[in-house]
Amino acid sequence: MQKKEKVLPHGGDAPYKKEILLAGFGGQGVLFAGKVLTYCGLLAGKEVSWLPSYGPEMRGGTANCSVCISDDPIGSPLVTKPDLFICMNGPSFDKFIDSVVPGGTVFIDETLVTQEVSRTDVTVYSIPAAALAAENNLSGMSNMILLGKFFKESAEETEMFSMETVKGALEKCVPSTKTHLIEVNIRAIELGRKK
Amino acid sequence: MAGCKSFFGYPITPQTEISAYMAKRMPKEGGVFLQAESEIAAVNMVLGAAAAGVRTMTSSSSPGISLKSEGISYIAGSDLPCVIINVQRGGPGLGGIQPSQADYWQATRALGHGDFHVLVYAPASVQEMVDLVIEAFDRADEYRMPAMLLADGMLGQMMEPVTFPEVKKNVPDKPWATNGHQGKRDHNVANSLFLSPGDLHSKVVRRFEKYKEIEQKLPKAETYKTEDADIIVTAYGAAARIARSAVNMARKEGIKAGLIRPVTLYPFPKEIIRKHTENAKEILCVEMSMGQMVEDVRLSVECKKPVRFYGKTGGLIPEPAEVFEQIKRIEKRIGGAY
Amino acid sequence: MTAVFDRPKSMRDVTMHYCPGCTHGIVHRLICEVIDEMGIEGNTVGVCPVGCSVMAYDYFNCDMIEAPHGRAPAVATGVKRSLPDRFVFTYQGDGDLAAIGTAETVHAAARGENITVIFINNTTYGMTGGQMAPTTLPGQVTQTSPYGRDTAVQGYPIRVCEMLATLDGVALAERVSADCFANVKKAKKAIAKAFGNQKEKRGFSIVEVLSTCPTNWGLSPVEALERLRKDCIPYYPLGIYKDVTQGGE
Repeated sequence: MQKKEKVLPHGGDAPYKKEILLAGFGGQGVLFAGKVLTYCGLLAGKEVSWLPSYGPEMRGGTANCSVCISDDPIGSPLVTKPDLFICMNGPSFDKFIDSVVPGGTVFIDETLVTQEVSRTDVTVYSIPAAALAAENNLSGMSNMILLGKFFKESAEETEMFSMETVKGALEKCVPSTKTHLIEVNIRAIELGRKK
Repeated sequence: MAGCKSFFGYPITPQTEISAYMAKRMPKEGGVFLQAESEIAAVNMVLGAAAAGVRTMTSSSSPGISLKSEGISYIAGSDLPCVIINVQRGGPGLGGIQPSQADYWQATRALGHGDFHVLVYAPASVQEMVDLVIEAFDRADEYRMPAMLLADGMLGQMMEPVTFPEVKKNVPDKPWATNGHQGKRDHNVANSLFLSPGDLHSKVVRRFEKYKEIEQKLPKAETYKTEDADIIVTAYGAAARIARSAVNMARKEGIKAGLIRPVTLYPFPKEIIRKHTENAKEILCVEMSMGQMVEDVRLSVECKKPVRFYGKTGGLIPEPAEVFEQIKRIEKRIGGAY
Repeated sequence: MTAVFDRPKSMRDVTMHYCPGCTHGIVHRLICEVIDEMGIEGNTVGVCPVGCSVMAYDYFNCDMIEAPHGRAPAVATGVKRSLPDRFVFTYQGDGDLAAIGTAETVHAAARGENITVIFINNTTYGMTGGQMAPTTLPGQVTQTSPYGRDTAVQGYPIRVCEMLATLDGVALAERVSADCFANVKKAKKAIAKAFGNQKEKRGFSIVEVLSTCPTNWGLSPVEALERLRKDCIPYYPLGIYKDVTQGGE
């Protein structure tokens, strides 16, 4: 899919204000990917919030999280009309695609989302993240591959999602006992950035 | 941070994050973390630790707070300080696990049997969760009474940037503590039993004199764009964040809306609300419940102004756009009247 | 003139409210004697239950806390964990410890809380007027088992020491009796052992004292002691059920 116009449409009066929704199955790393974005914002000196929503089960249920990044203090941390929607499975697509603001952007893992996008007022980027993860010995890293795609498409607009900031964010998000995973995450992000 | 020496918990969603954090943190700070066999046991461990004179706390979510209410009543009746966190979820009964504000009445009216109050703080951000815990410990010690943080699942689980203040060490002396008299004083007794009606009466009356002072000194609320507002939204905690977004949306469309966010729910900031709504035409109370705080708002304005209510319960969170819609409706009505 | 018998120093000089012939006074005194002999009054915190001994905080000179019904072991846990070098004891009846407070008792024992529990078993709820307790004997008539405890309807009594002795956190589980001089001496020894275990950080100690309730049993004090010997001791055998200081157990 080709890039149409600027990736992150500005909303409201604030110089920068993004409401991001990430959704998928529990266990796909949806909440983790949200944390990485949140820390990118934090490291860039923005106001940020991260709010998870999931069922009582720890794995396999639906999971989504709301991330707000803004120059102004954040009011409601719950994202109901995302500027940016990162979608990792079919049920989440059905549930949230219509909530994306007109002019918003959607990133889709087309391995797991087979639905067609009928909306014409949003920019859609679609990559086979899960398949890429399987092919490249990056199992469980489809979240980072999809984020990599997002970082690539956003790099022009803001420094916030440059590789340097992203690395800093990963260092904050990965527990100190699992630092070896930072490298794997970066490999997955780089792969996504090439797509 | 607040000089808290012990935490007694019991797992319940959505407050498990607090227990998990304390389990890691307390041993490093030379404090105690203990997972009790029940909410009831946990709150009674808090009673023991509070009587021993140390700063102590527990946290739970709605159904667990109901179980703790026995202990909270005894703690209040024994004039002991402690901090209790309620990360509210939907009810009644097992309810749900999504954010809610349905325990306002319980927190401000009915945290246990008997004539008493606990201080109730309503944080609206993660930073405030930190700051108000410290404030709660300080005031609990000052007034020798329990203090509650009434949060909700949204605040309990979200991440936001936080600045942790300096570690505090100046916990006040507690000459009343039952920590062993070491032969230096008469024995202390931590007790809530007063079988003579006269004794119990004067004990409770003295406590209510303390409450009078608290109601003078401690009410706190944040006001936002209220100066020229025709419509004032009142909301606490997470609902206040949503209301704030709605107020911004209204302002953008030229509607003079403002927000009053009570930070203390007991003592309720009646005077602040009365003063800041003097020139307003209508008030809209927004809650994640069927409408509980709205009663206190009506009392605050002595029913002299219309107080409308908008809320959702059961774990549903009102959206800023819905609240904005309510504001617009009010604007239409009062616009015609003036 | 030499005083050969006096009130223990750690016992307050007040009139107790207990009924004539009740053994609470004896057990209070034993605890005070042990506290005096160990010289730990200033370093001891006691926790009272709800029951006849609800006002025991007026009788002990050490610092005292009044706990909600059944919760004394949890309250004691809070004190001990906050101040590990203090001696902490609870004083509880059978309704308090073995009915409403079963969870608190079992889990404090399982955690090996380094506290001393003095458990008064008189097979009835005394303060509320003689209702059936978890320890009420089969066939025993109480206000709420007016035709005698029928085990088919009301279940069986709980033998607390036997039950707790199975837990790894328990250092001492011993049943004694306040019925005669020899047994009272043994009771004191057990209480001293229980406080000693705290000093040595051995874990949870419980001393169950078989006691009388002449008022609610409807017997004279002497008859009550006889009943204790005839009915209670056979159902609740005296002895040590667990003692970590004795090898093998």
